[in-house]
Amino acid sequence: MASRGIKDQVAIVGMGCTPFGEHWDKSVEDMLVEASTEAYASAGIEQDDIDAYWFGTLGSGVSGLTLSRALKIDYKPVTRVENMCATGSEAFRNACYAVASGAYDMVAAVGVEKLKDNGMSGLTGTTIPDDGTKSALTAPAMFSLLAPAYADKYGVDETEMKDVLTRIAWKNHFNGARNPRAQFRKEVGKDTICNAPLIAGQLGIFDCSGVSDGAAAAIIVRAEDAHKYCENPLYVKALAFSAGPAAGPIDPDYDYTTFNEVVACAEDAYAQAGVENPRAEIAMAEVHDCFTPTELVLMEDLGFADRGLGWKEVLAGTYDLDGELPINPDGGLKSFGHPIGASGLRMLFECWLQLRQEAPEDRQIKSVTEAGKTLGMTHNLGGAPGECVSFVSIVGSELG
Amino acid sequence: MRGILGYSAYVPYYRLDRTEVTAALGTGGGRGTRSVAGYDEDATSMSVEASRGLLKSLGGAEKLTPNAVYFSSATPPYLDKTNATVIHAALNLPKHVFAGDVMGSARSVNAALRSALDSSKPTLVVASDVRSGRPGSSDEAALGDAAIAWMIGDDNDAPVIAEWIGGASSTAEFLDRWRQPEWNYSRVWEERFGEHAYLPLVTDAATAALKECNLEPSDIDHVIVAGMHARALRGAARAAGVADRPIADDLTTVIGNTGTPHAGLVLSSVLDKAGPGETIMVVHLADGCDVGFYRTTDAITSYEPAATVASQLEQHAMVDYNKFLTWRGFLDREPPRRPDPEPPYGPPAYRNESWKYGFVGSKDRSTGAVHLPPMRVSVKGGAVDEMDPIPMADVQAKVVTFTIDRLAYSLSPPTIAVVIDFDGGGRFQCQLTNADPDKVKIGDRVEMTFRRILTANGIHNYFWKARPVS
Repeated sequence: MASRGIKDQVAIVGMGCTPFGEHWDKSVEDMLVEASTEAYASAGIEQDDIDAYWFGTLGSGVSGLTLSRALKIDYKPVTRVENMCATGSEAFRNACYAVASGAYDMVAAVGVEKLKDNGMSGLTGTTIPDDGTKSALTAPAMFSLLAPAYADKYGVDETEMKDVLTRIAWKNHFNGARNPRAQFRKEVGKDTICNAPLIAGQLGIFDCSGVSDGAAAAIIVRAEDAHKYCENPLYVKALAFSAGPAAGPIDPDYDYTTFNEVVACAEDAYAQAGVENPRAEIAMAEVHDCFTPTELVLMEDLGFADRGLGWKEVLAGTYDLDGELPINPDGGLKSFGHPIGASGLRMLFECWLQLRQEAPEDRQIKSVTEAGKTLGMTHNLGGAPGECVSFVSIVGSELG
Repeated sequence: MRGILGYSAYVPYYRLDRTEVTAALGTGGGRGTRSVAGYDEDATSMSVEASRGLLKSLGGAEKLTPNAVYFSSATPPYLDKTNATVIHAALNLPKHVFAGDVMGSARSVNAALRSALDSSKPTLVVASDVRSGRPGSSDEAALGDAAIAWMIGDDNDAPVIAEWIGGASSTAEFLDRWRQPEWNYSRVWEERFGEHAYLPLVTDAATAALKECNLEPSDIDHVIVAGMHARALRGAARAAGVADRPIADDLTTVIGNTGTPHAGLVLSSVLDKAGPGETIMVVHLADGCDVGFYRTTDAITSYEPAATVASQLEQHAMVDYNKFLTWRGFLDREPPRRPDPEPPYGPPAYRNESWKYGFVGSKDRSTGAVHLPPMRVSVKGGAVDEMDPIPMADVQAKVVTFTIDRLAYSLSPPTIAVVIDFDGGGRFQCQLTNADPDKVKIGDRVEMTFRRILTANGIHNYFWKARPVS
């Protein structure tokens, strides 16, 4: 038994991504049409060329009909998938396998979310009847549990910890300011971030990802067919997913300074892609920065920093746009926004732009343009510390 | 010999400074403080806390299982639905134990006590009120919140610490205090009238009780006078002919008058300090007068209450008047822009009764891993259905990490959430109550407390929270 992977078997030949934000004038259908038609045009294909669809949304619709109704798909398979905040990635992963299996020649992965119509602050969960004993913490509160545990374990004092978290938010706002599709396109000063009203624990409003509307789509074909549609496709090197026993909240062995699921699926992804030194080999990573402490912990879980030293790397600028390993060059969930079902595909969209050197000039990363690295990563998770699902993909602009 | 086998008083953690009422409204208030049930407490949850203390002092429900549980309150959280079943479930009592409510007026507690004293089986009687009044009213400042639990039984059940000697009652129909079920305050008649009606009833009951028990006033070591009519209470000892005997501190300057449990609360404070052979007279004015006599036994010296009334008066925090009004529903504050809170659903709560109410987890027989909530597959090793139930409500824990959730809906934001590891194994994530958000830290010691988490659709969600170890 092994996770064999499908390295270099399938390729992305077209992508689309709507701007993310408060789209008061756009419906779920509007955003699905815009992301899909952009992806079709990008690949130079017609909708009828697509053999099957994987459609991800957490709560903006149910069943494949949400997509087929919007696009008027003519009696093709449309599979709706949901895996919390990793929903968009899960649509992509399953779509890739369908092509790799030989079942279809060309498929689409489409993700969408409309969060702003419900008028609530932050994300709201789906109601499943229960006995009233489950924790009713909000998302920022759940992820803020990481900060004191990390600080306590590694001897980081409260002020230093706040500086680290602020640095992450500042960096992602800096990147998002250079992204015309991002929800928040302004740089934000560190003082503003640091002194913002608190939401949960040490986390202020700027430590939280943007609640937004948006959609994104990808067209996937067999690798050998890729050049029929695209001069410079992205090849899928690894697709890893991990759902664990959700033991963190019940097992005293879990210490709230790591995501075991991320460690497991990163290891799997590196093995699939043949990556031995991720920090050196990966040109960029889009990671799930739902809240700033998440990005900090992910740097260690993904092997981009040694245990207990991630906070120093953050402060040193290792992950800045012009740093050694740019993290979230598109602004991340923090600045690009987080329409759940679209986010995983949005991360892929930045790899699509950066690895093919199509990102706007002021956002292009030197690891690609100067160092010539060819691999990009997307990391997407759903749930909470100690009980999450995690996805890692590695894509590359070259075969082999 | 029949009487009190054990007792346990519960005074909630918060106090309101009565001068704050005067400062805010220009009227009402007064001097001293009153006790205030937390926003997550009600008469039922406080009764659970009092009863847990009682069972702890008696060595646990396995050692002395009551034959019945009577819950008495003038402020019951539910009508139509029995409240005592929540207490029964939270105490993990066997299904064959009867649980019923005796409620409506402050006198209800004497109905429950009489029934328990007349029985031949060990009986748990618990009484509690959460008392409010309209802003600026005398009731608002003068009343208080508390719970009291007794185990009544024979000395073949457990040592009797205070023998029931006997008593007598008088009853009359007159308008003293009343409240429609939907009102959140009471109304009272002009107080001189109540005094006029009550005092002869006190004289009648006291005279009859002394005669019944063959006692003289000089035999009495402690007189406890309780009831909700302050003016009548002031003349009651004289009317009972015992004005020259030691009158117990009625606790109203610090706690306020707690209504249904109040006579028991004062009795607890007396028993906390009493030696053997002391005779206690309880004079309770409520739609008549109930007078009873207890005499402490040698067993009183070895009885250890879970927490004395005095220790609970020391352990407290002040609540400001704005919060008090909010908690009591007199100040309807703007909620966060979040979904309405969800009530617990009937079938899952029914399936998970021992977890939700009793805080019983499961323990893997081979690895010892404790699961909260109980689970079928072990988190250590994956064994299936190899678990035993493990009650965790009385196990202490320490804080592993925590957060202050300022976004979540709460009647008293912010919500403090903690991840806690229990002594001997088991982890749980829950709310921390009775705590200052600025003072929580990793490593803090906590214990579990039974609370009303929220109310939605008229359904009270009872469950457990952590609180700092006192």
